[in-house]
Amino acid sequence: MKRGKITVDVAELRVVREGSEILHSLSFRASEGELIGLLGPSGSGKSTLMRSLLGVQVIAGGALQILTKPAGARSLRGKLGYMAQGSAVYLDLSVEENLHYFAGVLNEPREEVARVLEVVSLTSFARRVVSSLSGGERTRVSLATALLGSPPILILDEPTVGLDPILRRDLWDTFKKLAESGTTVLVSSHVMDEAARCERLLLLRDGHLLFDDSPTNLLAASKSSSYDDAFERLIEQHS
Amino acid sequence: MNLRRVLLTTRRILQQLRHDPRTIGLLLLVPSALIGLLAWTLSRRPSSFASIGPQLLGVFPLIVMFLVTSVITLRERTVGTLERLFTLPLTKGEFIAGYAFAFGLLAVVQSMLVATLSYTWFGLSHQGIPWRIGLVALCAGLLGTALGLALSAVAHSEFQAVQFMPAFILPQLLLCGLFVPVGQLPAALRLIADVLPMTAAIHAIAPWQSTAFYTGQFAIMVAYILGALAAGAATIRRKTK
Repeated sequence: MKRGKITVDVAELRVVREGSEILHSLSFRASEGELIGLLGPSGSGKSTLMRSLLGVQVIAGGALQILTKPAGARSLRGKLGYMAQGSAVYLDLSVEENLHYFAGVLNEPREEVARVLEVVSLTSFARRVVSSLSGGERTRVSLATALLGSPPILILDEPTVGLDPILRRDLWDTFKKLAESGTTVLVSSHVMDEAARCERLLLLRDGHLLFDDSPTNLLAASKSSSYDDAFERLIEQHS
Repeated sequence: MNLRRVLLTTRRILQQLRHDPRTIGLLLLVPSALIGLLAWTLSRRPSSFASIGPQLLGVFPLIVMFLVTSVITLRERTVGTLERLFTLPLTKGEFIAGYAFAFGLLAVVQSMLVATLSYTWFGLSHQGIPWRIGLVALCAGLLGTALGLALSAVAHSEFQAVQFMPAFILPQLLLCGLFVPVGQLPAALRLIADVLPMTAAIHAIAPWQSTAFYTGQFAIMVAYILGALAAGAATIRRKTK
């Protein structure tokens, strides 16, 4: 597939939190139209990496360029759609009140709210208060806020957790379509089986990037039949 | 500072409260109910109520607004919505101003309610002018909000935020002249008491003073409100360490 311009450039990124190094000299690049899976067990540093890209995490070293600007630059605010782990929406507001607020801050028209609700299949839930929704439904509200204004970069932290298989498939189809339209989509997951849905994989463990290539090459390189086995062998090679 | 984003934030906070009628009820009614209870306990000593009642009008809104604001802003950080907002074009100043407007509006309603009820139902007769007492109640509510915003950034949990109340509000209550007139405090304590915002609130309610004196007391309260709002904007961090 034809690749566009480089949108994310991470060079030797180091993050230290409370005295211990969480990310160790991480480097990778991403381009327009790429759908990248960020996989790794819980605690491997996926969320910290995503939060560094968003510019809300203090970094200890290295460089982060997003759309040729340093991460966290004022002009980047609103250019990265972010879905945080654990929903991060107002539980005491209705679904549409949440979306209208975020859309307002982004200066997006009200019709944009109806559009993103459609994408995450929550149109019929618009008037429900978020606290009355299930975990999976809350996740989709959060995802909808990330899609507001069709930002050029999407950073989605575990967007498919707790969703039924049909919905999960539909969302991955949505991510693919967004990537095909030129968006850089970075999706994290701790479920290895989701690897097959991406065209490129970043495997993170204990803050080290173990692998950066396509899922088929992961299976071939490790001579494994499942992604879980492949990850296991990769860890053995590195330790 | 973009006024549109400030007002959007204000509207969002008021919407949150609308979904929680119990909190609104507590917020608006508790100070009035407390003053009513005080009036009842002093019903055989009307002159005592005339002197203590107005003073407490400057104390209760401060405590109530402090608690509500610090918990609701802290929740914004623990749930992750604050970090989410900081990836969007919303500045810290707009965020703080949005909260100050929302709770300022509630403080207006709260202070009008408590002052009106005091002068009518509770039979408050006070030589001060009612609008000045309403204004003091408003300043006290705003100050509670501003202090709550500033301290919520320092607290790590809602539990800690609630503990800040006895730590920051109760000493002022002891020094403000409610228990011992400020003039009879030990010299060192008097110096401190004279510049505390709660003392200013109580001084501003006292009858028979000069306009310059009242202006000075309101200036102290406004300075604290603005200072606490600025501290709130300074203590909230866009980036996590």
